[in-house]
Amino acid sequence: MDLSNSDILGDAIVTTRVDAVINWGRQSSLWPYVFGTACCAIEFMATAASRYDISRFGAEVLRFSPRHADLLVVAGTISYKQAPILKQIYDQMPEPKWVISMGACASTGGFYDNYTTLQGIDEIIPVDIYIAGCPPRPEGILDAVIDIQKQLWREPTMEVRNKDYKGKLDDE
Amino acid sequence: MTNSVAKPLIYQFGSATFIKMMGDMPLVSLDSADLLDAVSFLRNEMAFSFLLDVTAVDNLDIAHPSSTRFELLYLFRHGEFEKTLALKVAVADPEEGVDSIVPLYEVADWLEREVWDQYGVVFKGHPMLKRILNHNEFVGHPLRKDYEITKGQYCTQTQDMMDELQPLMDAKGLDKERDELMILNLGPSHPASHGTIRTLVALDGETIKAGASEIGYLHRGFEKSCENHTYNQIIPYTDRLNYCSALMNNIAYAKTVEDMMGITLPDRGIFIRVILSELSRVIDHLVCLAAGLLDMGAQTNYWYLFNPRNDAYDFLSKLTGARLTNSYMRIGGMTHDLYDGWRGDLYDILHKVDVGIAQTLKMIEHNRIYQDRIQDVSPVTAEQAMAYGFTGPNLRASGVPYDLRFTSPYYYYDRFDFDMVVGSVGDTHDRMMVRFEEMLQSMRVIRQAAVAIPKGEYNVSDHSITMPPKAAVYNTIEGAMNQFKLVYEGVKVPKGEHYGAFEAANGELGFYIVSDGSGTPYKVKVRAPSFVHMAAYPKIIESYQVADAIMTLGSLNIIAGEMDR
Repeated sequence: MDLSNSDILGDAIVTTRVDAVINWGRQSSLWPYVFGTACCAIEFMATAASRYDISRFGAEVLRFSPRHADLLVVAGTISYKQAPILKQIYDQMPEPKWVISMGACASTGGFYDNYTTLQGIDEIIPVDIYIAGCPPRPEGILDAVIDIQKQLWREPTMEVRNKDYKGKLDDE
Repeated sequence: MTNSVAKPLIYQFGSATFIKMMGDMPLVSLDSADLLDAVSFLRNEMAFSFLLDVTAVDNLDIAHPSSTRFELLYLFRHGEFEKTLALKVAVADPEEGVDSIVPLYEVADWLEREVWDQYGVVFKGHPMLKRILNHNEFVGHPLRKDYEITKGQYCTQTQDMMDELQPLMDAKGLDKERDELMILNLGPSHPASHGTIRTLVALDGETIKAGASEIGYLHRGFEKSCENHTYNQIIPYTDRLNYCSALMNNIAYAKTVEDMMGITLPDRGIFIRVILSELSRVIDHLVCLAAGLLDMGAQTNYWYLFNPRNDAYDFLSKLTGARLTNSYMRIGGMTHDLYDGWRGDLYDILHKVDVGIAQTLKMIEHNRIYQDRIQDVSPVTAEQAMAYGFTGPNLRASGVPYDLRFTSPYYYYDRFDFDMVVGSVGDTHDRMMVRFEEMLQSMRVIRQAAVAIPKGEYNVSDHSITMPPKAAVYNTIEGAMNQFKLVYEGVKVPKGEHYGAFEAANGELGFYIVSDGSGTPYKVKVRAPSFVHMAAYPKIIESYQVADAIMTLGSLNIIAGEMDR
């Protein structure tokens, strides 16, 4: 950027809404926590690699601590055995937080309609965006990130999201 | 009638009876009272040093079973790899059970646990008979025929695993308080543990004093799902076993079923399978090495290796319509032929992979940091590797020349000019470098196969197995009926049982299939290399540091899809 003319604005003041400033910042700095368990995680790796390059959308700062992240990407099959761990990770994330359910298994159990597979993660945690596919193509993940960016503009910035959600593993 | 391989066993034990051949594998029935002695004889006198798998069959749904409800099946491979042998043991009472063979084969530990978890057959004298794939709150045994497939059970809390770690610490005379040890969970939600592998370790500073692993977080009920799908419907499930080389699982499974039916593909079909198998092996190793290097912070190499892999996926997309989970194979062949101009695309990928490997090796081969981090870390001797049941690159890294493509060649592998890659000390360095070299060898095979591939049919022409041409389906009633019956009832596989082994990217991928003569298998069991490798993992990381354990896990290439099934 050419800074030589930086004084043309002088002492100008810009008026805007607080929400707009916050959302402007949030939309391009989503920090994902990838809860990758299976095939979908391999496609997420491809999305993070140079060809698809998720950093074009400001979501490349992958965090491996839920306390640093605000976007949970559940990539892969979640079994009943895994479910309490997913819930714990979700609970550890600070507000505001968004959840992408990537692929058929995370969204509905997929074709694993059996004794061991959770039939969709929305039984235990709230989900914002579902991506179809088994696994989805990397473009699908990018599309979901863009959807989250659009969605956060429509929401109040200072409220806790999903207060009314009650999952199967939540206390009565 | 008897069999020369099984003869000494039958001569020695009165209850041992030769039943039949499963392909090249003699099946011998044995009384459960003789089990421990017979297995000991097999191992010590007959040199069957490899225990491939232990599984059970539930005969509940068989109209006139020749035996008790539960039968156990033990699969062995000879120390010189060519000969195999299967033992079948009738279980009179699952609660009473049979003797555990863990004292003879270390690898039996997890295999028997799985049988107990899935079928509820007790193994007397097993050191830690507890659930392995299902969670600790699970009630019942899901692979029993009377367990309803869709009956899920919620798990509310994860077990603390100290029941497994404490005995290991006691055996070493370690005390948490006195020795100031820290008990730490590595995983399951950890970037290097693929989100599915949990290892509880006792740490002295950074050094691992003892460790115990828990798996099953990606248990997806593959084997139960197989029992209510037709043979061709199972192919998409096999994609998701080792999802880094999906096509190879397709091929291994289809080949096993074809062997059961006694059919062989036309040469073009075989060559297509060879090309795609080897390409899958390359992709699998690329992912393993890229992720392994990323785990140690060598991020540049991740791009170098992942970009050619993406190009390979473009090729597979064009050919099969999917990047990762291709489902391209069918029983008796594949969905369609290679497309026009495939050869140019393939050569282009091989060139890019060559470049990627060269760039990576240039960065790491003489890199002091890389070498210091992985040399002499978690070495596995040849004897240990055999006892652990290692196969594939992990076994070859330890200097054991075992590769099914050489020891029992299928699909013309004996006619291709390529070399078996063997390491020396079996440390993390060898496990990684063997994979680099194997990619080069696989590409040699691909180049030869791409030249030698004949024209002509690629599918078996018998339309009780493969789909009739679309013109016949739309224009004739016979064609429509043919298609309907194939889709609705599935390919009929003759009654019997079979074990098929295939050299997959991670080692010996075996399918043990029991057919009742219908279009749906009665039972499918996968002998997954990663399951066996994982069992050894907590043992080989002992006395190394946490950061070494991460590299060791990467170099073993544990793929949760096939490990947990």
